[in-house]
Amino acid sequence: MAKIMKAVDAVMVGMGWSGSIMARELTKAGLSVVGLERGADKSPAEDFALPRIRDEHKYRVRQEMMLDTSIETHTVRNTPSELALPMRKWDIPPVGDGLGGAGAHWNGVTWRFIPSEFVLRSHLIARYGRNAIPADMTIQDWGITYDDLEPHYDHFERLCATSGKAGNLRGQKIAGGNPFEGARQNEYPNKPLIMSQAGMIFSKAAQSLGYHPFPTPASNSSAAYINSEGLTIGQCQYCGHCEYFGCEANAKASPLICVLPVLMQDKNFELRTQSYVSRLIYDKQAKKVRGVVYVDRRTGEEIEQPAEIVVLSAYAFNNTLLLLHSGIGEPYDPATGKGVVGKNYCHQTTSNVMMFVDEEINPWIGTGTSPAAIDDFQGDNFDHAGLGFFGGGFIAPAISGGRPIQVRALPPGTPRWGSAWKEATARWYNHAFPLNCHGISYAHRNNYLDLDPTYKDAIGRPLIRMTYNYTENDYKMSAFLTEKAVGIARAANARIVGNPQPRRGNFGAGNGGAAHHTGGAIMGTDPTTSAVNRYLQSWDASNLFVMGGATFPQNPGHNPTETIGALAYWSAAAITSQYLKSPGPLVRA
Amino acid sequence: MAEDAIPRRGFLKGAGAAGAAAATVLSGRSESAQAQTAVAEAAAETAASEAYLTLTAIEAAFLSAAYDTLIPADKLSPSGTDCGLVTFMDRQLAGAWGGGARLYRSGPFVQGKPEHGYQLPLTPREYFAAGIKAANAWTRKTYGKDFDRLAPAERDAALKAMEAGKAEFADFNAKQFFEALYQSAMEGFFADPIYGGNRNKVSWRMVGYPGLPATYANKALEYRGKKVVIEPQSIADFS
Repeated sequence: MAKIMKAVDAVMVGMGWSGSIMARELTKAGLSVVGLERGADKSPAEDFALPRIRDEHKYRVRQEMMLDTSIETHTVRNTPSELALPMRKWDIPPVGDGLGGAGAHWNGVTWRFIPSEFVLRSHLIARYGRNAIPADMTIQDWGITYDDLEPHYDHFERLCATSGKAGNLRGQKIAGGNPFEGARQNEYPNKPLIMSQAGMIFSKAAQSLGYHPFPTPASNSSAAYINSEGLTIGQCQYCGHCEYFGCEANAKASPLICVLPVLMQDKNFELRTQSYVSRLIYDKQAKKVRGVVYVDRRTGEEIEQPAEIVVLSAYAFNNTLLLLHSGIGEPYDPATGKGVVGKNYCHQTTSNVMMFVDEEINPWIGTGTSPAAIDDFQGDNFDHAGLGFFGGGFIAPAISGGRPIQVRALPPGTPRWGSAWKEATARWYNHAFPLNCHGISYAHRNNYLDLDPTYKDAIGRPLIRMTYNYTENDYKMSAFLTEKAVGIARAANARIVGNPQPRRGNFGAGNGGAAHHTGGAIMGTDPTTSAVNRYLQSWDASNLFVMGGATFPQNPGHNPTETIGALAYWSAAAITSQYLKSPGPLVRA
Repeated sequence: MAEDAIPRRGFLKGAGAAGAAAATVLSGRSESAQAQTAVAEAAAETAASEAYLTLTAIEAAFLSAAYDTLIPADKLSPSGTDCGLVTFMDRQLAGAWGGGARLYRSGPFVQGKPEHGYQLPLTPREYFAAGIKAANAWTRKTYGKDFDRLAPAERDAALKAMEAGKAEFADFNAKQFFEALYQSAMEGFFADPIYGGNRNKVSWRMVGYPGLPATYANKALEYRGKKVVIEPQSIADFS
């Protein structure tokens, strides 16, 4: 018999970016809010302190900040007819864990999606004709536009002290910024970070080819900054330890430094860590959720938390798992194309080519965000007529640190061990960097999430089963982008250009892209094709809101974090300005 | 078998200690001079103890021979063993990782395809125990001796055969084992010295990685595009 807690106005399931932002906005509106976090409490001053935070082996190799697969993982297969087996360790890009979620260990790359991505299906039909989209490419419009989200993008950047250079200020193109971005109402809060040598080499070469390089927008703060919550964000130290690490300088934006210090002072808010939510209590008839059930990992006790509003703000896999395991919404069936929960799981189609140069790169001076990028081949920023694929991505010198267990690229043909290997390692360590292509993952009918029939997690629930493979569209897109990257490497007069590595082969161990997993509870305009409406409100429970990458109908070619943050603000605004006045569906089905 | 019962001691030497390195910018210091100093310092500091936490004598001898083949002593560094790699791996296998922490270990166990990644019920400790036994059985069959008793050229050939998937271990995937062994060597050689390998930060000197504290806000512009030689510092230097 579960212990029943006093009812609250709202409960957050997961305290990363989405849960922290939503909790802050709802407590500001006067609601009592409980934030449940499965993982441990974290304090940057204690947990991210020098010297121990600079431990590549602990944090990068052993993945200390990532989800323990012995507690929860997912099973993986490439097609609906195959047997799925559990990822017993993270042989594919991992999932974060603990207070702050992925927002604690991310790199800080802070992109807005381009306007055409939000209306992808309509946009491609308008430009290329109704028959241009393959039948099994199940891409959809989001139900919102870039303009809907722009004020919330702006808010998130001021929360995160984002560094960058505007390329489109209220419709006016500005040299040196990204000319392909949607119109911004404001310049970035912080000036761009110091451009590294790799960034200089890349930018010069890209420019010589007529491309438009610019500083990659980064929530690695280029200077001390007071954020939108009145909190002081520190100055980036270019330490080269962002992704997989916490930030010792309080300069990489995270919920831990950007939101939680204010939220924790609010008497309307209560944080409960080590609280592992097992399911939602669903009243199917009333189309409402009544609260959540969780296990307090410190006592082993099962606890029920009733709430007027439930916000699913865990990672994409977990949000989808909680919907499926709680019986909310119709599970997606690839055989019929019917059902919505689990639909349109997407990943990220990345690739790279190495450059070996004479210049001193000093890879150990760096930030999680690449120093520069081009968006000339992003999304539909270029004409796809006759190319045989849709979408694209950005190309950037991906050099975010020189941590030597993992960052030691060598020219093709170099021995892997022995004295010749050592000599080559000493020769090239300071003279190599990859050009990374970070591309779209457009939905495919057979790529989806459901519950595994065999394998269970630590609290006895089925694991999420991921059925996924790269598509023909991905392979063609990747080959195209990688060829452009090779062109840049050659234009830079690299001494050696490595073997290009466009994405090939099946998704799986050793062949994953970035740790960006989207879909499963996608947003849209129609309850027969989406799990949540344009305000991220469940079609099947009007007091349930689902956050994060789970709601992306497909994954654009930019990193997802800023859109996750902006969507949380957008949904919070709908709740506080509309829903609270008249609780119920915000969109009529 | 009698030969196998002889404890392997040849790779073990005396004990030494290294002083904490100072944070000094040594611009102008030549690369070769830096490397030579590093090798001399690291060689002076040798294996701390014969007392391993978990490795048997046979396992320690195998790992020592393998690490010395992958990372031979030369002008850039002492041998893998003298860099502390056996100590590194002993501690790793004896610790939480070796015991299978953060590894999903529920059945059923199915072989799967390469896309499924690691699917064995073995913990890393159990995996390396089984792998070393299988490797020695294979070298005995192929060369008549345990791996650590082979001449350097034979060791090299044996590892190459494993790497290429040409060594046929009995009921064990030789190629997968080689990759795990190789990964452990790279981790031990390049990780912070607090783990027992990379003694005297020899690999960091070799490539020019300065280690800690890595606070470059005031140096990012000054150092850009320049060769900068910094005496590396590790976690222990700040503790």
